Amino acid sequence: MNSLLDFFSFADPNIRFVVIGSVLLTASSAIVGTFTFLHKKSLVGDAIAHAVLPGICLGFMLSGTKNPAYLIAGAFVTGWISLIGVEYITRHTRIKEDTAIGLVLSVFFGIGILMLTVIQKSGNAAQSGLDHFLFGKAAALVGQDLFVFGTVAVLLLIAVFLLFKEFALLAFDKDYAKAIGLPVRGIELTLTSLIVLAVVIGIQAVGVVLMAAILITPAAAARFWTNKISVMITLASIFGAFSGLSGAYISYIAPAMPTGPWIVIVISTVAFISFFFAPKRGVINRLLRQRNIRRTINDENVLKTLYQLSEESRNFFIQRSAEEIIRRRKFSLETLGKILKRLERQGYVERTGKHWSLTEEGKNRGQRVVRIHRLWELYLTTHLNIAPDHVHDDADTIEHLLTPELEAELEKLLNYPKVDPHKSEIPYS
Amino acid sequence: MNDLYIIITASLVASSCALLGCYLILRKMAMVGDAISHAVLPGIVIAFLISGSRDSMTMLIGAGLIGILTTFLIEFLHKKARLQTDASIGVTFTWLFAIGVVLISLFAGKVDLDQDCVLYGEIAYVPLDTLIIGNQSIGPRALYIMGMILTAIILFIVFGYKELFLTTFDPAYATAIGISTTLWHYLLMGAVSATTVASFESVGAILVVALLIAPAATAYLLTDNLKWMLVFACIAGVAASVTGYYIAVWLDGSIAGAIAMMAGIIFIIAMLFSPTHGIFTKKFSRTAAADS
Repeated sequence: MNSLLDFFSFADPNIRFVVIGSVLLTASSAIVGTFTFLHKKSLVGDAIAHAVLPGICLGFMLSGTKNPAYLIAGAFVTGWISLIGVEYITRHTRIKEDTAIGLVLSVFFGIGILMLTVIQKSGNAAQSGLDHFLFGKAAALVGQDLFVFGTVAVLLLIAVFLLFKEFALLAFDKDYAKAIGLPVRGIELTLTSLIVLAVVIGIQAVGVVLMAAILITPAAAARFWTNKISVMITLASIFGAFSGLSGAYISYIAPAMPTGPWIVIVISTVAFISFFFAPKRGVINRLLRQRNIRRTINDENVLKTLYQLSEESRNFFIQRSAEEIIRRRKFSLETLGKILKRLERQGYVERTGKHWSLTEEGKNRGQRVVRIHRLWELYLTTHLNIAPDHVHDDADTIEHLLTPELEAELEKLLNYPKVDPHKSEIPYS
Repeated sequence: MNDLYIIITASLVASSCALLGCYLILRKMAMVGDAISHAVLPGIVIAFLISGSRDSMTMLIGAGLIGILTTFLIEFLHKKARLQTDASIGVTFTWLFAIGVVLISLFAGKVDLDQDCVLYGEIAYVPLDTLIIGNQSIGPRALYIMGMILTAIILFIVFGYKELFLTTFDPAYATAIGISTTLWHYLLMGAVSATTVASFESVGAILVVALLIAPAATAYLLTDNLKWMLVFACIAGVAASVTGYYIAVWLDGSIAGAIAMMAGIIFIIAMLFSPTHGIFTKKFSRTAAADS
């Protein structure tokens, strides 16, 4: 508990640097990353992250110092060249984009490693710490770094704020953007520059390999909670900032722990929770919804069958055995048992021994399904000119889906018909 | 002698990767290969903790399983969670790699691995770690492991040639005649994982990716025939290993990095001058056709 207080009082300037630095990096990467994600360029972000390494080495070789300005300039140049490379290969050869990305990524990184090892053996004392770019050094951020990060983060924010509409439009409807005369190429280049910039400062926190994660994982997580792009960006930056803060805290209480990987583990956990538990888009929710729909369809099919069994005799409350139902419509005995039990709980059927009969509500619901089925068949034959023997399957699906409003409209449109195309009576309650 | 050991080991890695890489790029799965080569890290660490050493089958099996898990997770996120493919690849491998790095820090005393070696390996140390039978040293251990891996991959491709061919080019037909596309998909991914792991300590993750993709992409620009593509990919891989080694010696830098760089340069040469698909060649033949 004490460590928590110590940490969040930010009394220690080192903690302050690390926390502000991590949060700035992760939040600004997440904001740019949202567009990277929406433009489906996640792996391009990964490629840039690997490709900046030779640039950083080049910046060092030419300037002889670790001044972040030179390193960032170098990184920017090779990051850009790598993107042009990917685009050139994809456009001028028959190689697909993913192969081109993998190729450029690994070759540039290989060159970077070669340069790094050559620098390390060159005897220049200033080089120590250059390999921080490989794995990040969030826990060792100092004031000078913060100044650079802060400037870049503000720059990114302003750019995204000013070009928000253009970026969003391009992500969803490039053709329209072209049609209304937007400089599509220019906007794409701007976005790419922002990605390169975000990557260049981000790899100092989490390193080359994990950079892709702080770029796109917050956006991927945020996507599951909303359909609005402004909300998505806000959520992504909150997720990013949270992971940056948590990562800094974890390496504060356990100094042997690397900050970068922990940032990634936290943000991945947030993402997996979102993938599974988010309302509407989450996996679990969707599976539940699918199960409910399946259940409704099964329930209604049994009620419909019970109704149809008694249509001739007009006595809808006759008791039927499971076998009678199965003879009319195929269910496995086990499924049918479960469905009938559920219907009994909901008050649609009543049970006497081994027999089942419809209640008043059950009869009405079964009747409604039969009615919609036959109305739909009639609608398809009269209004869409489909042969009467081709309409059954479609009606079997729609009977569970039509809302009462649509049902009423259909009745009015067909003028309350008496029979369907197969001369079966259409029942009204 | 040491030079030769290093070059042979690198060539064995290059050939194994190049063969598998051909199938990866034809199946448009190059980035899945990249993801697997990073994601096996936690598998390696866990296997290390269980077996307590580097040279056991546990490591190969553990990492093979993680590789298959990675593929499965990518597909699960894509199909069940409806996450776009690029993002599901990115999220999955960074997550597993981060877990691997944290595990290494957590068991720093017990695991003889470090992050640098994972990323770019140290093939220069290959000759130091020799296999000893009786009292006789019979050459580097990595050489034998990679030899076995390459043999296994060649056998895999020879005996599964038809199946791999059909599931790659015409999955619908393959399914129709009773070949399980899923089975061969996961077998291939398992092979990629095992190769990654075996190559790991000598060449590191990045060189594995470079050797998986670059020689295969080079060969893809040289021929339309799968058998020739496999052969050309191996030649490109071995050529990159040999030239890369001497460049690294000359510059006194990382051998793995230099080999990756050479693989890229060989690709660029093929891209520009391939007799059938080269950019210059095509341009030249177009002008020639226009002149005549």
